[in-house]
Amino acid sequence: MSTETPTSAIGDVEGVSPYGVDNPAPVIEPPRQRTGKTPKGSRTNFEMYAWLFMRLSGIVLVVLVIGHLLIQLVLDGGVSKIGFAFVAGRWASPFWQVWDLAMLWLAMLHGANGLRTVINDYAERDNTRFWLKMLLYTATVFTVLLGTLVIFTFDPNIR
Amino acid sequence: MPAGTLYRGREGMWSWVAHRVTGVLIFFFLFVHVLDTALVRVSPEAYDDVVATYKTPLVALLEYGLVAAILFHALNGLRIVAVDFWSKGARYQKQMLWTVLGIWIVLMVGALYPVLGHAVREVFGS
Repeated sequence: MSTETPTSAIGDVEGVSPYGVDNPAPVIEPPRQRTGKTPKGSRTNFEMYAWLFMRLSGIVLVVLVIGHLLIQLVLDGGVSKIGFAFVAGRWASPFWQVWDLAMLWLAMLHGANGLRTVINDYAERDNTRFWLKMLLYTATVFTVLLGTLVIFTFDPNIR
Repeated sequence: MPAGTLYRGREGMWSWVAHRVTGVLIFFFLFVHVLDTALVRVSPEAYDDVVATYKTPLVALLEYGLVAAILFHALNGLRIVAVDFWSKGARYQKQMLWTVLGIWIVLMVGALYPVLGHAVREVFGS
């Protein structure tokens, strides 16, 4: 019979746990635990909704973007046929206007949230992080509004 | 040789790295792509001039790279959704990554001719 210390309730990944009754594992504080001192402003579920949005928009974008790639780069002569006339032909249909509008908004918000995560991960100084995110949000709002304006005000008889 | 840890240096970490890198690249392209498409509001000539650069052999190669990045990000994204929402997702994450890479290779072979065919004809004559 062995007299080993009882292993922890959490299964060991590899080998024998170094922790036991006489040598308990150190307690790790949850990094963002909410307490009475937590400011009211940060008591939202924003990060959870951002996480959910990435998955839901991602699934929709798989369909929208792969369809877009097929139309633009594969079918009917590939990239060679693209030109003003081709764009005019597609945006004559509300279906493709809505398709492109949905793709623009979802892809920009999905990408902006992805880059927000990347900035939060790698920019360590508070100031750097703040200004990088301001630059990101400015570019995102500008691009989304410009793209929306272009889809809604497109004029096939511009000349 | 021991495998190190469950995550570090293994499939989980490298797919995460590739997902980040492809995501950032796609976002930068998207920004440029909205700007070039906005030229349809300037004039048909301005738009057609810029789109002409998309048809050059060198940019065709970049387009193939863009397709590679988008397809990996899309397929691996579906794998992430499965890991998060499917009860057995975490257990099969490794098998799902190999499935993702298998489908990715098939699609990339399929995209060779449509995306690069015109560039090959232009460089080597038709």
